[in-house]
Amino acid sequence: MRGSRLLCTLGAALGAVACGRGAGAPPDLILATTTSVYETGLLDSLLARFTAESGVGVKPISVGSGAALAMAARGDADVVLSHDPAAERRAVEAGYLLPGRRVMHNDFLIVGPAEDPADVGGTASLDEAMRRLAEAGEFVSRGDGSGTESREAQLWIAAGRDTAQLDRRIETGQGMSATLYVANERGAYTLVDRGTWLTLRGRVALAPLLEGDVRLLNVYSAFPVNPSRHPTVQPDPARRLVDFLVAPATQAYIGEFARERLGGQLFVPSADG
Amino acid sequence: MGELPDAVRQALGLLAGGDAEVWEIIARTLLISGVATLAAMLVGVPLGYALARGRFPGRTLLLGLVNTGMGMPPVVVGLVVWLFFTRSGPLGGLQLIYTPQAMMLAQFLIATPLVIGFSAASIQSLPPALPDLLTSLGAGRWRRLWLLSREARLGLLAAVMAGFGAIVSEVGASMTVGGNLSGSTRVLTTAIVTVTGRGEMATAIAYGLILLILAFAVNLVLTLVQQRRER
Repeated sequence: MRGSRLLCTLGAALGAVACGRGAGAPPDLILATTTSVYETGLLDSLLARFTAESGVGVKPISVGSGAALAMAARGDADVVLSHDPAAERRAVEAGYLLPGRRVMHNDFLIVGPAEDPADVGGTASLDEAMRRLAEAGEFVSRGDGSGTESREAQLWIAAGRDTAQLDRRIETGQGMSATLYVANERGAYTLVDRGTWLTLRGRVALAPLLEGDVRLLNVYSAFPVNPSRHPTVQPDPARRLVDFLVAPATQAYIGEFARERLGGQLFVPSADG
Repeated sequence: MGELPDAVRQALGLLAGGDAEVWEIIARTLLISGVATLAAMLVGVPLGYALARGRFPGRTLLLGLVNTGMGMPPVVVGLVVWLFFTRSGPLGGLQLIYTPQAMMLAQFLIATPLVIGFSAASIQSLPPALPDLLTSLGAGRWRRLWLLSREARLGLLAAVMAGFGAIVSEVGASMTVGGNLSGSTRVLTTAIVTVTGRGEMATAIAYGLILLILAFAVNLVLTLVQQRRER
């Protein structure tokens, strides 16, 4: 098995393309997904279980939600797992995505230096916190078109602030963990999802300053890509993966994932029945 | 950097303990970059020779292009390969995106200009009268290529080392084209990115050390070959 795969790889490298899973076998599913789920390690565990159960291989490509939806629009992915409800709704209306399923949720929180120069911790109002962030301290944004950045943009707008006018807001253009590290090094504020925060909080000197607002709810949903636009998309295994994600056993696994190791619940299962 | 001594110990532990995933990633890294280097050598050395010795119109332009290619950002190569092989791309039907084969192709494209450039330089550094001398001694075309390559072996080995060194340590193209899939396209560089993202700093440093050891070991072997032939 191992040897044949090696030979196959060598052969393919030398130009023989027909190889791999054989002509009849379906190609692997491509799952475009968000960095925040991928970096917690949850996805690797879930997909290993799905492949063992169904025999369908999955290639998870970890990008921001914006890029994941763009991959779907081009037909470069079969399934999307993202957390940008507004953009997801537009993609379903535009016909890129088939109607999907809510899979799980957690929440965002604003973290920052313990000294809290902007006094974000001193207010319970999210809008007031955003206005204070506009006045003092430094804010590190993802800047990568992710669901997290999309949410951040909505929060600035709700607070009556224009991101173009914020001179202490910087963008990393990177994933959630890289952005959190940058905020940590600069002693700055950032918006982070609960999963990444629990995974990395032991590595940073930042403190959670504001959480609990209903607008900080972070919902992850899975959608099959609409095959009518792109003949290469595989609708059946895609639907199967979505069904797997909302199945009771998977949902229970999601709820318990890394809970003991990290001392908190990363994701709350929330398939709507 | 309180984590460093701990990480070194962990790196050695990962290597000695026979951690299956670590060894798999090492083997995969060597296979992908090794195949790419081999292919780059097979294509690059003859082309380098032709560029160094040939006299044809457009030669200077070609040399200029090769020299530009030597400085080509790997991530741009990765982007171009991705655009061609992604499902909606012109070669998407081959279903090579996010496979080791696609990574080999990208790495081949990165390494080949390096091998061509260094090969051409080393052949050009031979005494200009040497090819004519070999011809007058009765050497045929291929025999002459072989003998000249032997003379230039130090430079040619350097060309191969440069090619391998560039791609084994490259992360942008491998990430874009391979997708960093565990169990199929995760190599040492992309594994470092992944475990860093997961906050497993000690493992990240461990992988980094392994990458250094790997690069050192390969170059040591090549250097030994060089030195032995020298005597």
